[in-house]
Amino acid sequence: MTVREPDGDVPETPAGPSGQRPDEVLDCLGQRCPLPVIALARRLPELPVGAVVRVLADDPAAAVDIPAWCRMRGQEFLGAHPGPAYHVRRAH
Amino acid sequence: MPTEAIAWTDVTSSPVYLDAATAAPLHPVARQALLAALDDGWADPDRLYSQARRARQLLDAAREATAETLGVRPDELSFTPSGTSAAHTAVLGGLRGRRRVGRVLVHSTIEHSAVLYAAEQHVAGGGTAVEVPVDRLGRLDLDAWSTAVAGDQVASAALIAASHEVGTVQPVEEAAAACADAGVPLYVDAAQMVGRVPVPDGWSVLTASARKWGGPPGVGLLVVRKGTRWESPWPTDERESGRTPGTLNLPAVVAAAASLRAVAADAAAQAARLSPLVDRIRARVAAQVPDVEVVGDPEHRLPHLVTFSCLYVDGEALLHALDRRGFAVSSGSSCTSATLRPSHVLEAMGVLSHGNVRVSLHSGSTEADVERFLAELPEIVAELRQQAGVVGL
Repeated sequence: MTVREPDGDVPETPAGPSGQRPDEVLDCLGQRCPLPVIALARRLPELPVGAVVRVLADDPAAAVDIPAWCRMRGQEFLGAHPGPAYHVRRAH
Repeated sequence: MPTEAIAWTDVTSSPVYLDAATAAPLHPVARQALLAALDDGWADPDRLYSQARRARQLLDAAREATAETLGVRPDELSFTPSGTSAAHTAVLGGLRGRRRVGRVLVHSTIEHSAVLYAAEQHVAGGGTAVEVPVDRLGRLDLDAWSTAVAGDQVASAALIAASHEVGTVQPVEEAAAACADAGVPLYVDAAQMVGRVPVPDGWSVLTASARKWGGPPGVGLLVVRKGTRWESPWPTDERESGRTPGTLNLPAVVAAAASLRAVAADAAAQAARLSPLVDRIRARVAAQVPDVEVVGDPEHRLPHLVTFSCLYVDGEALLHALDRRGFAVSSGSSCTSATLRPSHVLEAMGVLSHGNVRVSLHSGSTEADVERFLAELPEIVAELRQQAGVVGL
């Protein structure tokens, strides 16, 4: 559960396992959803299996839709980072 | 005899209105009662002359009928200027009534925005709000809820009885039992249940909204059970047992009460008619629209509401395309909201938020309406994907 208090914001999602450096950065800043998800869906299959993409996206819907896309497509969502950035590994 | 859809006199056959969860079309009984009460119920019910006495009779009768439908005492029920106002009053009054116990409000992550904004104000004023998560189907995490309500200094707990966005019905009785064990009063937002399905027991405070069942807009219900420690958060006003200030829109209250009685009498039959149509939408959308996520609990759900998200489709474009074909629906996608944020309910469930459509049926919805929607939707989605160049992704 999340506790909101007067002097603090909702705690940030902890950073995912980020040992691997991203192989590519997709700059989707300023783009509205579903555009960041579409950019990810176009690019990820062109990279080798195991590659990591860092998606920069400031539309708040990206925080919901990038993990949801990964689940629907069986790709690996590694986590959200300040940026806001989302790391995704091509799993297959 | 099978239940038929109600024949509306003021809706033509071509547009298909599928947004009853926002506002159901005005029920014929509401219209009749509203027109009669405009002539008969304009005076102030608190004055001492014959016109006022007539207004008082109408208000008392409306309260008695509504209380009877809800299974509560008339003096436990107040009419409010809207469902939103009822929700604000319920949350803030519950906190105020138990402020000596503590300043912690427990609520689910999928409450209506009216409840969340009241919680936000409470936090801004130095209080604390504890959010309890839901799972992917939108079901409350009961263990987390039980732990949260048993915490220190919990003044009040708020739970939406059934999600207005995805239709998932919550385990209200179990959540209420956890509240009872902890001695915490439970406020239940029953806006999508009243007039459609029986409201579960165990709550101390309840709210609803007349336009959700086919009453006029601008009437809310606030029920505070006897013995609940609850105190109005508003400046003193003697009306409505001191729970909510201001002169009521009496003709609208009369219409709300008359239509609630009518829809409640027909509710079981309408639920039995609409629920299979929702099953049909869930199955056919999943089968006939590629890359779609039908969300919410498929079994423990409201009879009239279904939500799905279409991958790679812009929600606003989808709403406009559906509107051009005559379908009125709503969406939880960020591009369709004033704040440009995705629905907090879809976010809390962790399901796709773009390309989102909520379909909600009412007593005037027909099988033919649903069939037409299902026949046209796949092509509409395919066209939008074609235009966006996302086919095959």
